[in-house]
Parts: sequence; C-alpha cells; structure tokens
Amino acid sequence: MSDPLLSIRDLRVSFPTRSGLFQAVRGVSFDLGRERLGVVGESGSGKSMTGRAILGLVRPPGKVTAERMDLGGQSILNLPESKMRALRGARISMVMQDPKFSLNPVMTVGQQIMESYRLHSGQGGRAARDKALDMLRAVQIRDPERVFDAYPHEVSGGMGQRIMIAMMLAPDPEILIADEPTSALDVSVRNEVLRIMDKLVTERGMGLIFISHDLNLVAQFCDRVLIMYAGQVVEELAAKDLHNARHPYTQGLLNSLPRLDHQVDRLAVLQRQDSWRDQTPPLRSGA
Amino acid sequence: MVKTPGQGGLPPVNGGAPGFGRIRLRRRAKNVGGVALSLVLTLLGLLLVTFIIGRVMPIDPVLKVVGERATQAQYDAAYQAMGLDKPLWQQFLRYMAEVLRGDFGRSISTGHPVIDDLKRVFPATFELAALGTLIGVFVGVPLGVIAAARRGGWIDQIARVVALVGYSMPIFWLGLMGLLLFYGILGWVGGPGRQGIIYDGMVPTVTGMILIDSLLASDWGAFRDAFSHIILPASLLGYFSLAYISRMTRSFMLEQLSAEYVTTARVKGLSERRVIWGHAFRNILVPLITVIALSFGGLLEGSVLTEIVFSWPGIGQYITKALLAGDMNAVLGGTVLVGTCFVLLNLISDILYRVLDPRAK
Ligand SMILES: Nc1ncnc2c1ncn2[C@@H]1O[C@H](COP(=O)(O)OP(=O)(O)OP(=O)(O)O)[C@@H](O)[C@H]1O
Ligand SMILES: [Mg+2]
Repeated sequence: MSDPLLSIRDLRVSFPTRSGLFQAVRGVSFDLGRERLGVVGESGSGKSMTGRAILGLVRPPGKVTAERMDLGGQSILNLPESKMRALRGARISMVMQDPKFSLNPVMTVGQQIMESYRLHSGQGGRAARDKALDMLRAVQIRDPERVFDAYPHEVSGGMGQRIMIAMMLAPDPEILIADEPTSALDVSVRNEVLRIMDKLVTERGMGLIFISHDLNLVAQFCDRVLIMYAGQVVEELAAKDLHNARHPYTQGLLNSLPRLDHQVDRLAVLQRQDSWRDQTPPLRSGA
Repeated sequence: MVKTPGQGGLPPVNGGAPGFGRIRLRRRAKNVGGVALSLVLTLLGLLLVTFIIGRVMPIDPVLKVVGERATQAQYDAAYQAMGLDKPLWQQFLRYMAEVLRGDFGRSISTGHPVIDDLKRVFPATFELAALGTLIGVFVGVPLGVIAAARRGGWIDQIARVVALVGYSMPIFWLGLMGLLLFYGILGWVGGPGRQGIIYDGMVPTVTGMILIDSLLASDWGAFRDAFSHIILPASLLGYFSLAYISRMTRSFMLEQLSAEYVTTARVKGLSERRVIWGHAFRNILVPLITVIALSFGGLLEGSVLTEIVFSWPGIGQYITKALLAGDMNAVLGGTVLVGTCFVLLNLISDILYRVLDPRAK
C-alpha cells in the first residue's frame, strides 16, 4: 500500500470523571488506505470515540492525545478549530446511526445537502442544487426533485440514510466514517443502503471506516477488520482471515454468532478477561 | 461488496405519493378551519363564564344603576329594561349581542361607558407590555442561547444570577428603588405617569399608545418625554420577562444541542455559530414563540403592582379599582378584553407553529 490516507498511532481519548480519569480510547493505532476498514467491538469499547477523535469532535472536557494523527501526510492532531472545520466535511465525513435523529427536522433535504457542498466548494445556489440532485440520483433515489423538497419526517429510514450518504459525500471527502450506519434500519433495506454506500466509496477511491457490532456484516463488507475491546485494538485481520483469529476475544465473538454451516446447539457466552485490557497487539499492516 | 440477491429497483420506500406540496397545502387549509372553530368556541366559553359571574355575584346590578333610594316602580322598570325578567338563555344572547357591539355597559365608578374606559387604559398597558416583552425577547433569547452554548461559562453564570434575581425580587421594591435611583437621584428618566405635565393631552389620540401617537404627529418632544416615562417600568417588566425567557431558551437549546443532527451539522464543517443559530435555534422557535406569547399575555393582564408604583393608568389598575368598588360592568368588560387577548395570542402562536414546523399536522 502506498501512502495511507490516514495514519494513527497511540490515539487516546479520556474524560475526567468524579472517580478519576476515564479512558475511552487507550492507544489505538492503525493506517487507513483506499480500503474498507471494519471496526468491531462491544458496546462501550470506544469505537465511536475513535471516529469522533479523528473528526476533532471530542468536546471538552474530553481530551485527545496521540503520538501521531496524520491525514494525507499532514498532522491533524489538535489543529485549531478553524483549520479542523475546513477538513471536516470536506476531507473526512461521517454518517451516523439513525437518520431519524441525524437529519435536521426543520430543514428540507435539499437545503441540508446543499449546505455542506456550498460551504466547501464555494459554488453558488444553482450549482449546489444540481449537485444535490446528482447526489440524490447517485444514492438511487428515484424522484430526486420531490425528495429534494421533502422534510426528513416525510422520508423512510432507508431513504433517510441514503440522503445522509448523499449529503456527506457531496463535497467529495477522502474518508468516510460510517458509525453503525444500518443498525437503525429495517433488515430489508439494510443491504440496499450498504450496497449503495459501498459502490460510491469504491468508485471514488475513498477510505471507509465502517463501525459495527455485527461481525458477519463487517466480514462480508470490509477488506480489513479491527477488533476493539475496552478502548484498545486487540486484533487486526484481513476480513477473509477472520476465522483464523487468534485473540480469544475475537474467537469468542465468532463463537457467539449463529452458524449456517453446522449445527450449534447453544451459542457460546462471550467470556472476557481482565488481562486483555492491557496487552498491545502487534501492528500488522502499515505504511 | 455486499452480496445482495436480486438487485432490481428500490423497494417502494415512500409508496410514491405524488406532490408532497399539494398535500401539505390541503392539510393546512383543513387546519385553518379547525383553528377558526376552536377560536369561536373558546371565545364563546369566555363570554359564558363572564356572563355567569355577572349573574351569580352578590351585587345587584339594578341597584347599582338606580341607586339605593329608588322606588319599587323605578327598580322594576330598570329590572325590565335590563332584560332580567327574561329566561337566562335570552339574557345570554342579549349579552353576547352587546359584547359584539362593544357595549359592556356603563362603569359606575367612572360614569363612562366601559368600552371608552378600556380604550383609554388598555393602550397604556399594551404599550408597556409590548416594550417590556421586546426587551425580554431581545435580551433574553440571545442570553439563553449563549448560556446554553457555553454551558457553565461565565455568561451562563450571569444568566443564572439574572434569572434568580428576577424570580425572587419583589417587583414593587425593585420599582421603587429604580424610581429612587434613576428619577430621584440621577434624574435620567421621567417620573411616575405616562407623560410630563406640559405634554399631557398635547398629542392627538390615534392608537392611544403615546409613543406611537407622538411619532404619528411627528412630535419629537412628546416622544422623548413619553419614552423617558415608559423606559423605567418597561425595563422592569422586561427584566422579569427576560428572566423567564432566558431560562426557557436555555433549557430548550440544551435539549437541541445534544441532538444528533447538531453533530451532523458539525461533521459538515459548519461554524459553531451556524450550528447554533442555523440548526439548533431553528428547532426551538416553536416552543419559544409559545413562551413569549404567554409572557406577553401575562403582562397584558396589567401588572397591577408596577402600574401602581409608576402611577401607570393601565388596565391592571382599572380592573383592580373596579373590583374593589363592586363595579361589575368594568370588571367583566376588562376580563373579556384580557381573555380575548389571550385567545388571540394563542391563535397567533398556533398559526406560527404551523408555519414554522414542517411536522405540524
Ligand atoms: N462525554 C463523556 N464522558 C465520559 N465518558 C464518555 C463520554 N462519552 C463517551 N464516554 C464513554 O466512552 C466509552 C466509549 O464510548 P463509545 O461511544 O466510543 O462506545 P462504542 O464502542 O461506540 O459503543 P456503542 O457500540 O454502544 O456505540 C463508553 O464507555 C462511554 O461511556
Ligand atoms: Mg458508538
């Protein structure tokens, strides 16, 4: 792999709490190329915080430190807010979990898509409108003109998430962080949305960080998978090698999935050990 | 790549309803009918209540008219002339017809028709309440928004103290202290009353609001004089209104700022100002308007204490005096007027809600 889009070493996010410093992310390192990187882990393992730290969206009193956080070879660690704003949306973007809550209820879909495009491209209203309609078409919305003027409550969840994708990809970012983009969706539209997102990300040669609980989904949808546990990456594998996972936590995750190929009478209960909290995994892929 | 079987067209996510726009319009039209109906019913209810109060009060309306020393014949004649021998429902119809004509009867304490009194006192209160509310909105809303955006910061602390003082300070005490300081000691503002003596009655009455009437007459001296008289009581009411409005604004904003769409706006790279005013603030407009309307309505009732401290000839004083004198025509007339104002304010905030919130049905 040539120069990675994003290179992160020893990322830490901590929050002061009454009982001392709480470390949500404890030394995460990875590189992201023009690929689809899955991030899997149980609830509270720090997946979302990692994404937010990359976007500079960890709000005080939360603190972000890292040995390195480079975007396209340039450090974005603790950039001043104005510099960070210029990157946000334009070079790194994010799609969140539930379109019902992540779209502004009092603005039309069109206004919301045009807003970020106009901000970063400096184009006027006409060009922005054309771009927005193009993007709606790109996420396979059949009558873009109508959806353009619709309000978020007038569209379904699946359509809402496609609108989010259109909105976030309109300014042509290099990296998209998708934080459980389908977990609020009906199973019937889930694959549809993923397929559309995947197509756009691949066509544009973007890097994708795909955060999920769902190991199966990540395995079929991503090139590489990070397994997170208690704020750390405990294992990093190519998606196709998932069944060779060595870390007991990953194996546990795999064993607790229902299988199609052979009968499993009881799903295994996920075991956790305190010793996993503090071992650092070898960094496999890299620059 | 996701392996999805059968990649045909999309599932019909929306049922393909044609033209959201037209449906929205039609829905609105139906709503306007509903709003009008509920308006009429509310006003009817208001009249019914004032009518009943007028009948059950232990004050004989006939005696009030003919006086203690009237003969039985005079009493009976007046009794019939007032329609009190008719069945109640006929009396109510007659009452409604009178109210619709603006006829609330004669005030026994002033000797004028109640409607003329109201035309005099209500604009005084309205002017004061409007200015107070303007101050409350233009200071309270930004204060509340900034307090929420910089939660725990020094502006938030100031806003907290301002609201606390506003909630706990007796209004007449603040009013008296204000008069003492700004009028008595510093001489910055006019004293009690609406106008200085030299300007009294100089401006032709159009709206009854002296600030506006003096502007209409291009009488700058009178305007300045009226302004120097109104500014202190208006600031006082404005202070109480801003204490309330800023607290409500703050809590509405805090709720919105933790919403996901605010994160979306930040992810887009929008400036914090755009995020707050362009995204979050637009979502609090509807509840905020209701709060402002309520606070304005409260001031329209006439803040009796403020009016007394500042000798402000407004509706609060008028109704209170009438009540003490057993002047039921004046009390009920004033009540109908204030009640109607509340109903209209409700109507306005209801309409604005429909205009501003696309989810309104
Ligand atoms: N503002 C905050 N203050 C203190 N702790 C926080 C704060 N925000 C998040 N955390 C903690 O950080 C940890 C990581 O949270 P994060 O949202 O990254 O988890 P996650 O892996 O995305 O989980 P999920 O799958 O449930 O979304 C959690 O334990 C959470 O409680
Ligand atoms: Mg999360």
